[in-house]
Amino acid sequence: MAKLNMVKALNLALLQEMERDEDVVVIGEDVGVDGGVFRVTEDLHRKFGGKRVIDSPLAESAIIGTSVGMALYGLKPVCEIQFSGFAFQCFHQIENHAARYRMRTQGRFHCQMVVRMPYGGGVRALEHHSESEEQFYAHIPGLKMVIPSGPRNARGLLVGALRDPDPVIFFEHKALYHAAKEDVPDEIEALPLGRADVVRHGRDLTIIAYGAMVRVAREAADTLASEDGAECEVIDLLTVSPLDRETIVASVQKTGRALVVHEAPKSFGPGAEIAASIVEGAFLSLEAPIRRVTAYDVPFVGFARERATVPDVGRVLAAARETLAY
Amino acid sequence: MAQKTETKKAGLPAVDTELARRLLGDMMLIRRFEEKAAEAYALGKIGGFLHLSIGEEAVAAGATSVLRRDDYAISTYREHGHCLAKGADPRRVMAELFGRRDGLSKGKGGSMHLFDKSVNFLGGHAIVGAHLPLAAGVGFAINYEGADQVCVCYFGDGAVPQGEFHEAMNLSALWKLPMIWICENNRYAMGTSLERALAQTEIWKFGEVYGIPSEPVDGMDVLAVRDVVGRAVERARTDKTPTLIEARTYRFRGHSMRDPAGAVYRTKEEVEREKLRDPIALFRDKAIKAGWLSEADVRAIEKDVNDRIDDAVAFADASPEPPVEWLLTDIYKED
Ligand SMILES: Cc1ncc(C[n+]2csc(CCOP(=O)(O)OP(=O)(O)O)c2C)c(N)n1
Ligand SMILES: [Mg+2]
Repeated sequence: MAKLNMVKALNLALLQEMERDEDVVVIGEDVGVDGGVFRVTEDLHRKFGGKRVIDSPLAESAIIGTSVGMALYGLKPVCEIQFSGFAFQCFHQIENHAARYRMRTQGRFHCQMVVRMPYGGGVRALEHHSESEEQFYAHIPGLKMVIPSGPRNARGLLVGALRDPDPVIFFEHKALYHAAKEDVPDEIEALPLGRADVVRHGRDLTIIAYGAMVRVAREAADTLASEDGAECEVIDLLTVSPLDRETIVASVQKTGRALVVHEAPKSFGPGAEIAASIVEGAFLSLEAPIRRVTAYDVPFVGFARERATVPDVGRVLAAARETLAY
Repeated sequence: MAQKTETKKAGLPAVDTELARRLLGDMMLIRRFEEKAAEAYALGKIGGFLHLSIGEEAVAAGATSVLRRDDYAISTYREHGHCLAKGADPRRVMAELFGRRDGLSKGKGGSMHLFDKSVNFLGGHAIVGAHLPLAAGVGFAINYEGADQVCVCYFGDGAVPQGEFHEAMNLSALWKLPMIWICENNRYAMGTSLERALAQTEIWKFGEVYGIPSEPVDGMDVLAVRDVVGRAVERARTDKTPTLIEARTYRFRGHSMRDPAGAVYRTKEEVEREKLRDPIALFRDKAIKAGWLSEADVRAIEKDVNDRIDDAVAFADASPEPPVEWLLTDIYKED
């Protein structure tokens, strides 16, 4: 057991899986000698060498395209895209190839690969370095979309993703990399994909969040408990797609009220799918309209005004109070 | 055919005091601007990223000196110098870096997103390689309208392995676009050196396969840059021939302010050795020796530059933050 931040926890997952499975290779820009922009791949090059930890030229399409080829042959590549905002340079490889090979070949070929990308705002960065684009990937059949919220589940989910036989997009929130340390067990822990975690129990309102918004949701829930006497249930999705509808619906059947929090813009975002799933599964339990607290429907603005667009505790509280009072 | 061997000088006027003053002044302005920006960044006044071009000023100054105001320039995220040289007001550039409402992009863009329509500066672009096809589109539109402008596109050695570099080279050759492609080869793309990223490290040679004139130039020599770009502009303006120029330069600072030393992937000795080729010192000495400028002229330029940049910082400091409502504007056309 060691106290690790998210960077170290992810690094541990890669290290242990690479030791365990020789087919796991790491590829990306500056992931090797340099150890990665956020240092998630630190020391891997020293331990496993350039054959398994591959510094690619600046060419995202080639990183994903070659990884698909490697996976078709039987390797298990872990690709790093330096910021999720650069992944549109390789989106076609993810959408047209990684996600579809199993279906296109009727199961004769598949892509066991993970694409890791830092995402998210609130870190005083600029456009292309602050966005949340999970909705694009969550929308693609054949892909899984995973977003951890802390060091321990990040480690467990990355191991789970590496062992998953299908392609996984793995988002890491930049604001969480160094935010907190947690006890992470020494022995390998693999978390299953597709399962949400109820991180706070309550009967009055269900708040659904993931990534960096889990902390925001929990803080709001604590305030609502102490100031309003309302007990919120907080669900940490962990996997955005496939969505754990069962856990969400069961919770809303109990609370009758739901609020979704995410950093991606509102329209056609994950909140819409979650709300629709609640209506489908818990319609008769609903006592208030389902609310969404999200970024506005605008491209990410620079640091000067990012606090106004990334959802914060104040906005979640206001929306929760309206829902509770409905 | 590639024309590395072309030795003909551009039909440019000889250097005189006025031109020397402009070239030195532009380079010193960029240098001073960025030194002050680095200070402001350290004080937390600038958020996001800050990529300095200190050491590379001769490329922007030399290239822009042969452009007209209505010619287009488009660049990467390391674009302060290109934008200032093109004629943008340093006060508004600094305000943008500070995220203030009087900035070139209303404070909503930041250091990597400078645009100035008044001088046809088409912006900084943070997606490496992605602005090259845009530049080709501008070239296409110039031809379409029967205009005689040219379009200069700056990019780093890091853009060369991207597919879009090759797509744009091919298009510009195929469609005969009035382009000047300027690769600022500073030998590193973040921590990756040229040799680790490119099978062909003589970047100008990529122009050869597309059949466009292409050549390397000492990017630390502002007059050499001016000459090569001058010839390229003539070709582009008169017969729509694109050119690929590899300007060999060096960034004295790290990749960004978050990599201040830039010393993990390159040695201190290398950086110190390159600093001996400081484009500003080289040109200043040359200008004095040739009698284009006196010591007093140089001091006067320096004072003027310092005053302008102090003024720019004061302007940026005094400019308010963009109003919160601006978050929601400029998404679609508003009536
Ligand atoms: C598509 C894309 N991939 C990766 C990055 C991250 N990144 C920013 S700058 C850079 C290096 C670019 O090097 P180069 O083109 O040589 O320009 P220089 O920084 O040397 O001026 C990288 C990898 C990015 N901005 N865009
Ligand atoms: Mg470079």
